Amino acid sequence: MSLLTRTAGATPDLAPSRGPRESLLSRGAALLVMGVFTLYFLVPIWWLFIASTKDRGDLLTTNPLWFADGNFFANIGDLLNYGGGIYVRWIGNSIAYAGLGALLATIFAGMCGYALAKYRFRGRETYFNIVLGGVLVPATALALPLFLLFSQVNLTNTFWAVLLPSIVSPFGVYLSRIYASASVPDELIEAGRIDGASEVRTFFTISMRLMMPALITVFLFQFVAIWNNFFLPLIMLRSEELFPVTFGLYTWNTQLNQIPELRTYVLVGSFLSIVPLIAAFLLLQRFWRNGLGSGSVK
Amino acid sequence: MTATEVLVTQDRGGAAKPPGRRRPTPHKGAIAIFTGPFSVLFLLFYLIPIGFAVWQSLLVVQREGLYGKPTEVFGGLAQYALVFQNAPFWESVWRVLLFGVVQVPVMLGLALLFALLLDSPALKGKKFFRLAFFAPYAVPGVIAAIMWGFLYSPNLSPFTDVTQVVDFLSPQLVLWSIANVVTWVYVGYNMLIIYSALLAIPSEVYEAARLDGAGQVRIAWSIKIPMVAPALVLTAVFSIIGTLQLLAEPQVFRSFSAAVSSTYTPNMTIYATSAIPNPNLAAAFSVVLAVATFVLSFTFLKITQRKAEQ
Repeated sequence: MSLLTRTAGATPDLAPSRGPRESLLSRGAALLVMGVFTLYFLVPIWWLFIASTKDRGDLLTTNPLWFADGNFFANIGDLLNYGGGIYVRWIGNSIAYAGLGALLATIFAGMCGYALAKYRFRGRETYFNIVLGGVLVPATALALPLFLLFSQVNLTNTFWAVLLPSIVSPFGVYLSRIYASASVPDELIEAGRIDGASEVRTFFTISMRLMMPALITVFLFQFVAIWNNFFLPLIMLRSEELFPVTFGLYTWNTQLNQIPELRTYVLVGSFLSIVPLIAAFLLLQRFWRNGLGSGSVK
Repeated sequence: MTATEVLVTQDRGGAAKPPGRRRPTPHKGAIAIFTGPFSVLFLLFYLIPIGFAVWQSLLVVQREGLYGKPTEVFGGLAQYALVFQNAPFWESVWRVLLFGVVQVPVMLGLALLFALLLDSPALKGKKFFRLAFFAPYAVPGVIAAIMWGFLYSPNLSPFTDVTQVVDFLSPQLVLWSIANVVTWVYVGYNMLIIYSALLAIPSEVYEAARLDGAGQVRIAWSIKIPMVAPALVLTAVFSIIGTLQLLAEPQVFRSFSAAVSSTYTPNMTIYATSAIPNPNLAAAFSVVLAVATFVLSFTFLKITQRKAEQ
């Protein structure tokens, strides 16, 4: 994961080509391989889009990879109204879990990584190594322990059961430390001290701005991790109104045999739920590429 | 903790000056404010749960008489004895290992091929391919599994010509159908990691090879691949961890295929056991799985390091 910090810093698309001109044959072969796999990667998403524009009958009878009679907005309307608007609720939950969780996780990890980079205190390296051990603990390994613990204090099946564990990002601490030690000059903090600004104020007004590219990366990855998290909602949540959207769609999908009309909703719902994610990735990718390109991390 | 060392080597700022000894730490208050929130959360939601799970795994339920009130008492390693006798759990472990032995090399092989092609002067339209291949990473595992579940189905699939002949959801094939879903999601992500390692190679490295008349394939094989080996090791370790933790995709496939049992992967076994409810045994499964994950990724790192030294 650490390599991701470099991804953006070093993506000169327009870099002069390395080496002599390639033969037509090898260019053709390269293009063919990449073309075939482009179909592999994009056709499923295209199919999902097409399927979500069709009503139930057309789904089975018309060309699966091309439009039929344009039912997209009718389908969306039905989806949003189904079950008292539960889908909207799920999207809201996902945004709350992932948005709030990633925001808090980023701030706390940024503060901690900054302290580890810029201040010397006893036990600092031990502390950092324990946090790094946390990076290697897979999130699913924690789901059951968290469930056992939360059921002791009656916190299962609450909003907090999914939010609270999501605001811890050891990877964020790691990345923030690396980035802060490279991009926040000691002289700047010293200048703040001479001006009489408190350490905390210096962090929030100056250092944080310099760390922004790393913080955006932490935010993005934490956001995706929370949005995609499956085990935690599966083991913690029972009430439908607390579900995040991926988990809600999963429960609909398990009921397809009993309630066949859910199929359209599962397809439309799935498509709608990935659009903001792909959009965020494309937009933010440009953002952190620019940021990291001008930063000093390489 | 070799992995840790690998990660730490990038830190340049921290070790610049020798640590001051015996002097009072300046800015104690600020350090407490900065590290406090994360420390508390890390303790509450990482360390304590892990400790609690280990403790739970050491308990057994005892009843007084046949219908007495159940009480939890310390049982030592009794739950672990049960873990080692539990056939479905070990079947699930072997299943994900088989999955990993095939899926991880295929996925990383493809990722390496795409990264090399992106890095070669022979390919046009790099930006498009990079985005197109990375797009599936934005699709959550659950959604990807639902989508492919439909694509595999004999009636709904856009490729019914194929799916009516080949049953992708049969007991023989469903594991590999799931492997395809995982590959589809993660190839682009791994490709980007390897690609960024390729971009970090200075072009002077190629000059000598080019003067010797080496072609692109030769340069890729003899220079590029050895130089991105650390990135490959990193992606392999994360893929191994991911494979052992497999949960969302097979859990979704239970709706599409009867061949996927409730104990199909270790994490599904843990979930099913905790739902019985048998929290003590589930905790023991969790501990064994976490240790197994650590041992496997650690061993892999060690093996590849020894290879590199030879």
